[in-house]
Amino acid sequence: MDPEVSAVRLTVWEAVHILSSSEDGGRIFCTLGSLKRYLGETENSALPEEQEEFARIHFSTFLRCLVGKLSPDWLELLPDGQMEELWASFFLEGPADQAFLVLMESIEGAASPSFRLMKMARLLARFLSVGRMAAVMEGQCRQQAGPAFPLLQETLLTKVVGLPDLLGNRLQRENLATFFPQNYFPLLGEEVLRVLQVVVDSLRGSQTPIFRSQILRLHHVQGHLSPGGLDCSVSFLSQVLGKACVHGRQKEVLGVLVPRLTVLTQGSCLWQRVCWCLVERVPDWAMEAVLKGFVEAAPGPEVLSRLLGNLVTKSKKAQFVMTRKLLFLQYSCTPRPVPPPGSPGRAGGVCLADGERTPALSQMPMLQSLLGYLAMDSQRRSLLMQALKELLETWGSSSAIRHVPLVQQCYVSKAILICLAHLGEAELRDNQDELLASLMEGVKSRLDSSLPPVRRLGMIVAEVASARIHPEGPPLKFQYEEDELTREMLALAMPQPTADSPSEAGPSFAPVSGETPDRETVDRSGPQVGPEGSDSELDSDDEFVPYDMSVDREQRSSKAPSYVRGCLEALTGSEDWERWEAALRALEGLIFRSPAATQEVSVELAKVLLHLEEKTAVAGFEGLRQRTLVAVTVTDPARVAEYLTAQFYALNYSLRQRMDILDVLTLAAQELSRPGRLGKAPQRGSPDPGSQPGGAVVPAWRAVVEERVRRKTRRFSKGSVGRAPAVGPNEFNSVAGYFFFPLLQHFDRPLVTFDLLGGDQLVLGRLAHTLGALMYLAVNTTVAVPMGKALLEFVWALRFHGDVYVRRGLLSAVSAVLLSVPAERLLADLLDELLEARSWLGDVAEKDPDEDCRLLAVKALLLLEKLRDKLLPLSSP
Amino acid sequence: MAAPPLPPPDPQFVLRGAQSAVHALHFCEGAQGQGRPLLLSGSLRGLVHIWSLQTRRVVATLDGHGGQCVTWLQTLPQGPQLLSQGRDLKLCVWDLAEGRNAVVDSVLLESVGFCRGSVLAGGLQRWMLAVPGRGSDEVQILEMPSKTSVCSLKPEAQARPGMPMCLQLWQADSSPRPLLLAGYEDGSVALWDISSRKVCSRVACHTEPVMGLDFDSQEARGVSGSAEKTLAVWSLDEQQALQVRGTHVLTNPGIADVKIRPDRRILATAGWDHRVRVFHWRTMKPLAVLAFHSAIVHCMAFAADGLLATGSGDQRISVWSLYPCT
Repeated sequence: MDPEVSAVRLTVWEAVHILSSSEDGGRIFCTLGSLKRYLGETENSALPEEQEEFARIHFSTFLRCLVGKLSPDWLELLPDGQMEELWASFFLEGPADQAFLVLMESIEGAASPSFRLMKMARLLARFLSVGRMAAVMEGQCRQQAGPAFPLLQETLLTKVVGLPDLLGNRLQRENLATFFPQNYFPLLGEEVLRVLQVVVDSLRGSQTPIFRSQILRLHHVQGHLSPGGLDCSVSFLSQVLGKACVHGRQKEVLGVLVPRLTVLTQGSCLWQRVCWCLVERVPDWAMEAVLKGFVEAAPGPEVLSRLLGNLVTKSKKAQFVMTRKLLFLQYSCTPRPVPPPGSPGRAGGVCLADGERTPALSQMPMLQSLLGYLAMDSQRRSLLMQALKELLETWGSSSAIRHVPLVQQCYVSKAILICLAHLGEAELRDNQDELLASLMEGVKSRLDSSLPPVRRLGMIVAEVASARIHPEGPPLKFQYEEDELTREMLALAMPQPTADSPSEAGPSFAPVSGETPDRETVDRSGPQVGPEGSDSELDSDDEFVPYDMSVDREQRSSKAPSYVRGCLEALTGSEDWERWEAALRALEGLIFRSPAATQEVSVELAKVLLHLEEKTAVAGFEGLRQRTLVAVTVTDPARVAEYLTAQFYALNYSLRQRMDILDVLTLAAQELSRPGRLGKAPQRGSPDPGSQPGGAVVPAWRAVVEERVRRKTRRFSKGSVGRAPAVGPNEFNSVAGYFFFPLLQHFDRPLVTFDLLGGDQLVLGRLAHTLGALMYLAVNTTVAVPMGKALLEFVWALRFHGDVYVRRGLLSAVSAVLLSVPAERLLADLLDELLEARSWLGDVAEKDPDEDCRLLAVKALLLLEKLRDKLLPLSSP
Repeated sequence: MAAPPLPPPDPQFVLRGAQSAVHALHFCEGAQGQGRPLLLSGSLRGLVHIWSLQTRRVVATLDGHGGQCVTWLQTLPQGPQLLSQGRDLKLCVWDLAEGRNAVVDSVLLESVGFCRGSVLAGGLQRWMLAVPGRGSDEVQILEMPSKTSVCSLKPEAQARPGMPMCLQLWQADSSPRPLLLAGYEDGSVALWDISSRKVCSRVACHTEPVMGLDFDSQEARGVSGSAEKTLAVWSLDEQQALQVRGTHVLTNPGIADVKIRPDRRILATAGWDHRVRVFHWRTMKPLAVLAFHSAIVHCMAFAADGLLATGSGDQRISVWSLYPCT
């Protein structure tokens, strides 16, 4: 051994010596050429042992020496860049890992900016472009005796993944495009794929049964390599992948990897195994990042299942990530994610599978993939059931409903629906009791919520879930208006037939997406296309587009009463429903036409209207009744408001009626405080809005008349010619107290049937909003100051209320106080209250779980600021 | 899918000032070479107003029916002559030329019914007039301006169709024989051959009195409306036989008048439910419901350029421009 060893060593020493001392280009060239023998590329290459020794012991030393020599003069020693070519070839052809490390090291060590740094960076770019990165990683995969040099591997890993950062730092503005993360990481993905290809090829190459078992072992033994001639480990690749993902580069790396792997693993057992192995070996600290990337990038559950295998049953960490973290802690609920350009197969494939389900799927691809993946294998289904139980529990927890943002609640609800769609009847029946219990509790606490979206989520999930969990029971049915969200959620609940692998439809993406707009245009132009179909009718009569004919309703024959008292009789005593309805319809107009007659019976009328029940199906009954009540209140504000506010705290009313009272008071106050109301009031009573002629007619003649007047009138002063805004005293001024104070009186005194501070928080929230509105409408009235004071006290008493809706009401009430009470009076009379409110607002703005609350608090704070700004110039002199 | 339907149209303008319910409307084309036609309206109080569509004001008021309702207005092609029928059992012929407005002639009617007359002005000087006759079920045919009674069309004794409710004289292009379509009180529509004084064909279209009918002679198809909820479309075949082609059910009962636009593309009905309904004439597809009036719509008229005027018990006349005329 000794002679050979010394032979290699001597040659290298000599070469190093010549390099460091000689200025003779030819000599250096020869020396370098002689050393190239050891790289094994040339014909008269050295013995394998020598090559190996050179590579193991001397190569990096030699490279460092080469780096040290790098200077413009030195490269000029031979013409035509021969020297540089030769110099570079050592880096590009020698053992990749050492070359890479030396490159990185010298880039790190080079002064910046310098000739050497740029040279090295270019060389590194070349190194990457000729695919040497694959060689680096392949070298690590082929390590025979396990992670022999953990330190080396660790360093390599850091350098491989940290390359863009390092280069960016060193080169600053001179950075090359190759090293930008958005370019480098896709390249890294490609390289990983190439190494995987090599691994697969080498596995496929040995057909011996032993090797088959090795593959299996590769699959089963974790983090440990089985010895063997051609054995490979993908654990370095896994680490690279993991680290890149942890660095937040999932999109770039997996955007390249996943689509390719999707294709490759289809129908190839070997590829699948290798892929599973790749994911399994991902270290725990990177598992979450990698899995999230995979779930996001996978076009569907089938692909995910093929790529991950039964990972969740093998790795505790993976199981935790998949069944808890991605479901409960991370919600990325972007409403309509655009499929990344790297994976065209996603949207297109789904489109192809089933056009109707497309919107739902394209909106929730991640949840669909994740839960679909759990559902696809019998070993994983128990996890799905477990996930459903936990989801339902979270969904139903009243504390979560109060403290979790709405977006996440929506996410959890969708997850539940998808779970239900995947689970079979039998599985659900086994856990029926448990599921039903948590579902029912959730439905209850959701329906109690005062926020409509929360209630609606409760209704949708309850309908779907109860039908699936308890099919034999009576179906739950709620009334909620349909919108995009509900349709989407209901679509999610449809059981999914296991799609015939839609993911591979990458190539067919273009035609499908091209067709969709076509179909839309066809739909839209339907009426126009019509005549072509019926060829006998060649004239273009079908251009006649029908107008809206919804006004064409049955005409009532019954005659409406013509006096207010007549209406009152008809509404109380009449058994003739047509007359009853006609009276109801006529009443509002009558009230406006004869205020005096109304005032005589105003309280009686209010009482009748408040207690009026919808006995026949009258279209728009609620609106009619409300408008009429408002009309009565406006006509005789003091007495009716007194009556209504007293009834608000009376015993035998439904919540609906109490809320009606609040609405009516608000609307009436709004009407009363409207400037210029007197001139226009009867307009509202006109029964048929259709009887006004076209809008274009009136302005035309008015313009003509005004023009004529203007021409014939001589003006001496050029004032503003435009019409002055309608002015008049605020009619609300004299009666605001009747509206406001009685409502504040009894809120803390529970009745048998009505407990504002207890379960009837919805009404409390409405009350807070109403008080705020009344306060706002009382702007410029004398009573505003005591109102503001009372309202701030009310707010102070309830400021820590648990219900979001109530808190919103309180916050808007504070803003109303700030807007309505004159600034001087605020400071003089309400200073303490304001200071208290301010600190509370600050708290809410920072800590409240509800976004709207925070926003309202910030708005109120801004108003306060404005107030201070307004007062400062006053107080400074 | 399809765009939401257009909101219901508004009238182009509204004529106020008839001061009583409007019972008759007629467009008088291009009198005095003016750009826009005149609109004639007959009111419940017996006045005939002549409206200029240019200024939208009353140009002249004719008082010739002694305060009794004017039910029918018609101009004659030769010279600006106007026929007005009133409930005072008089049919006046007015001369409107050169701003005159005098009654030049009048015919005494013998029926107190609501039936409007009809005119067939084929020749230059002579024209034919159909009006309800002396007997309650008779139709009288007069030759004008001589006022000679040509004949009286009396249904056979066993038919008992009741009073005639609406009339329309017409003449097929191919034959010189004048024909009369008459809607009767029992809901039937009959086709009379005036020369032979025979009913060619009679078909029961409605169960209530026929209130209005209009006929499209080019397609030999007609439509009638009655006091009930349905609109009947019927046609006339080669053998002069009437056949009901179809019925169209409306939301509310009662049709006061039906008119086909001169270009035969749309059809309008005046409803007792205060609404005017517009249909596509060939397909009978509903196109619009004009809910403008607040009382019964009594009468309608189409101008040659497609303008639609409707007169109602709420004393207003609304003028509409729908679906441009070709």
